[in-house]
Amino acid sequence: MAILSKEEAQAILKKVIGYSKADFCEVGLNGSDGGNIRYARNAVSTAGQISTMSLGVSSTFGKKTGSATINEFDDASLQKVVKRAEELAMLAPENPEFMPPLDPQTFPESNTYNAKTAAMTPDTRAEMVGKSLSVSKAAGLDAAGFLENSTRFNAIMNSKGLFAYNKGTDVSFSVTVRNKQGTGSGYIEQGFNDLDKMDTLALSKIAASKANGSAGAKAIEPGKYTVILEPLAASDIIGNMFRGFDARSADEGRSFMSKKGGGTRLGEQLFSENVNIYSDPMNAEIPSATFTGEGLPVKRTQWVEKGVVKNLSYSRYWAAQKNVQPLPFSRSMVIEGGTQSLEDLIKSTEKGILVTRFWYIRSVDPQTLLLTGLTRDGTFYIENGEIKFPIKNFRFNESPVIMLNNVEALGKPVRTGSGLIPPMKIRDFTFTSLSDAI
Amino acid sequence: MRRRDFLYMTGVGLGASMMPNIPAFGKIISVEESLMPVDIALKKKMADVALNAAKSKGATYADVRIGRYLNQVVATRETRVENISNSESYGLGVRVIANGSWGFAATNNMDNASIAKAAETAVAIAKGNSKLMEEPVQLAAQKGYGEVSWKTPIEINAFEVPIADKVDLLLKVNSEAMKGGAKYISSNLFMINEQKYFASTDGSYIDQDIHRLWPTFTLTKTDAASGKFETRNALSAPMGMGFEYLKPKDEEKINGGPVTMYKKRYDILEDVREAAVHVDEKLKAKPVAPGKYDLVLDPSHLFLTIHESVGHPTELDRVLGYEANYAGTSFLTLDKWESKKFNFGSKEVNIIGDKLEVGSLGAVGYDDEGVKCGQWDIIKDGILVNYQTIRDQAHILGLKESQGCCYADSWDSIQFQRMPNVSLAPGNAVLSAADMVKNVEKGIYMFGRNSYSIDQQRYNFQFSAQLAYEIKDGKIVGMFKDAAYQANTQEFWNSCVQRCDKNDYRLGGTFSDGKGQPGQASAVSHGSATTRFNGVNVINTGRKLG
Repeated sequence: MAILSKEEAQAILKKVIGYSKADFCEVGLNGSDGGNIRYARNAVSTAGQISTMSLGVSSTFGKKTGSATINEFDDASLQKVVKRAEELAMLAPENPEFMPPLDPQTFPESNTYNAKTAAMTPDTRAEMVGKSLSVSKAAGLDAAGFLENSTRFNAIMNSKGLFAYNKGTDVSFSVTVRNKQGTGSGYIEQGFNDLDKMDTLALSKIAASKANGSAGAKAIEPGKYTVILEPLAASDIIGNMFRGFDARSADEGRSFMSKKGGGTRLGEQLFSENVNIYSDPMNAEIPSATFTGEGLPVKRTQWVEKGVVKNLSYSRYWAAQKNVQPLPFSRSMVIEGGTQSLEDLIKSTEKGILVTRFWYIRSVDPQTLLLTGLTRDGTFYIENGEIKFPIKNFRFNESPVIMLNNVEALGKPVRTGSGLIPPMKIRDFTFTSLSDAI
Repeated sequence: MRRRDFLYMTGVGLGASMMPNIPAFGKIISVEESLMPVDIALKKKMADVALNAAKSKGATYADVRIGRYLNQVVATRETRVENISNSESYGLGVRVIANGSWGFAATNNMDNASIAKAAETAVAIAKGNSKLMEEPVQLAAQKGYGEVSWKTPIEINAFEVPIADKVDLLLKVNSEAMKGGAKYISSNLFMINEQKYFASTDGSYIDQDIHRLWPTFTLTKTDAASGKFETRNALSAPMGMGFEYLKPKDEEKINGGPVTMYKKRYDILEDVREAAVHVDEKLKAKPVAPGKYDLVLDPSHLFLTIHESVGHPTELDRVLGYEANYAGTSFLTLDKWESKKFNFGSKEVNIIGDKLEVGSLGAVGYDDEGVKCGQWDIIKDGILVNYQTIRDQAHILGLKESQGCCYADSWDSIQFQRMPNVSLAPGNAVLSAADMVKNVEKGIYMFGRNSYSIDQQRYNFQFSAQLAYEIKDGKIVGMFKDAAYQANTQEFWNSCVQRCDKNDYRLGGTFSDGKGQPGQASAVSHGSATTRFNGVNVINTGRKLG
């Protein structure tokens, strides 16, 4: 029930628009159907299955807009939600930043849906978790993990004739494996649209290997080190930077993209020459919807080319103020890399630190995008191209902007966290203190 | 229609949602609807349907929560209203034990057939989970209380205050900020009412009406010539109170320091006027020189350090490993507690778990598994003496009863162990913050929460403040920028040397403490008086971009 086809969604939205008496009406319909299973201490702790669907209506008279939502879909309820949105619009003050709805747009069909993922059941999830538990139990380790899947759709329509529909699936898995003594811990996480790509057995083996390998960590002095960030670690720290590509906050002088004396840093060489960042909703590895919530097409966009900032994101309102084309951001961020594997990066490192992941990252200074956080679940010392021994976790204080100025090498990108991210070799990464945490 | 007309109309009850750029919490409803509670007899009837259905399918224990969660948000920016949203989430969750294992299901279809089906689903899930069970659930005994009720002791229901009044207050805040030279100002009011009904096979039928309020703002000034910008957030605390929190009283203010602070009343207009001045000072502040400083921490700042370094590591589910995959475990392992001599902090450190404190975010009469709430020592004279537990953990500590720390953020979330109010007791000797500062030779006086981070076992942390004042030879001599302190939890609490007395005691808190997978949010307060910590490592966080 929660997942409607394109035709079913279109029929409901047309009906809702038909009830509208406003100057403009925008309607959105969303549904999701999914489940999860959580485990700890080598046993399942909780499991659930949730289905939801809701309809949102935005009605506008002049520049006055009202919105209302509902999760009932009989004709009387649909009429009620439209009426409520219109009543609220009549009462609302004018919105000086109102932008009229878009005219009809064309969007490519996304590749976000996978039928096998959509067919997942509680039994599928239990079986996948069982494989993970088989690894920890056989190795005498403790596993705690979480597996979740969802199928979702969203459809939008406006009174000017715009219609867009997208359906997608996701499956995500993460597991922390610790030794019984509490002296070693390993972690892995992965997310895909396609269930066939998810191998909980193989992933759990990686986490178990890190748990054993990280036991008996030695302390080394904090300071500046060459680091090799696994894709998850790189993603953890860089994901925070993408929000800064917003043109409005840069123009307003409150972003790391703001320029001294006014204006933005668009066109400046802000990163190393080997840094290239783009987004593309059609990327086969990390696909996403091809339209925004208001129906603006999302297209491949180059954000950074050879270290130079090539684009900033413009909302429709801010684009109109600045007389440029609106440019939405995409969730499908790709940092281009090379062909080297993580092992190749390690081999090429004389002295350095391998980081599995970071934890509890928080902004310290929005001016410089300085972040703090800690390494976790497998931190290792590298010497002469080999991992020599596990080391205690560090706290870092570093800016992703500074970090991407110190890129020595990039490996082959993999899907993780906030995009398709390569393992990275970074010089002069700043660790400021040691942590006893395991 | 002019804005004033809109405000008048919404004030008389035509409640509104507009500008959909801030997500609503649930289904949008009118203000009138938010003031109409669900009939208690109907809730009892629905609860019995769930409990009977669960028992008939083989549950050895069942509880049901019927939740109606109301949220109102008023958001403004500079001279305009950004969002007014009044939303409701209403439904029922059933939790059962069958074959020794937990199961849970929820529904927002409140007819008898749907409720019974949810209960049956919960039993089926429990039986399915039991196949991967290591050991059966051991549930601490809990007597049934029959039909009882509890309500947050509010003076003014925030949902009854006309939206017009709320909008006017926030726009005045913005106006004061801009008069003070702010270029950007956003101000918000968040109001929450949890109407929760709990029933269990133990024989409890508990009706609770819980209210919370959080007024806040962020004021920003930019300096185009230097390319610098600075902000200051409100120094308000989110509270378990009604709208009376926003009716200032002079006797609830703490003056005498560099910043006016507030107890159980808050003067948002005064705070924003001071904030405009503070941001000017921040733009001109001198960089801190790294090194050891004695820290004087105001409760508006210290609450978060307590939350992260004491509240979370004393959660028993973390100690046991249930949060290992997300929030982490804890350095406060059971052996430390069993030794009865683990020196968590200095003798100044007395930490109390509390679910009753009036005005706090975590105060309720009963938790989400029907346990009557209370207070207990967690750290006594610096020694770890207890944790925070729920019913299926109590036996691990040899307790006959739960400490009442179970909470779920929605009817469709599974209740689990969440932090109570965890507070540092004030000192017994009479001491004001001003007198404390007089004895500090080289120190920093910090106010307000800012950046915060701690490792997954709660050893190593780093915190910074909204305001950091340099103390030199007993006097405040100016403002530092880029100051953050890093410490090890045990060393930090052992450096605690002095606490102000109960006259300085205040609550800080957070509306959205995250934990669990899928993630859930809870609201919790932490009280303290101004407290001094000697010889803490302070770093300079200033950087330059290329």
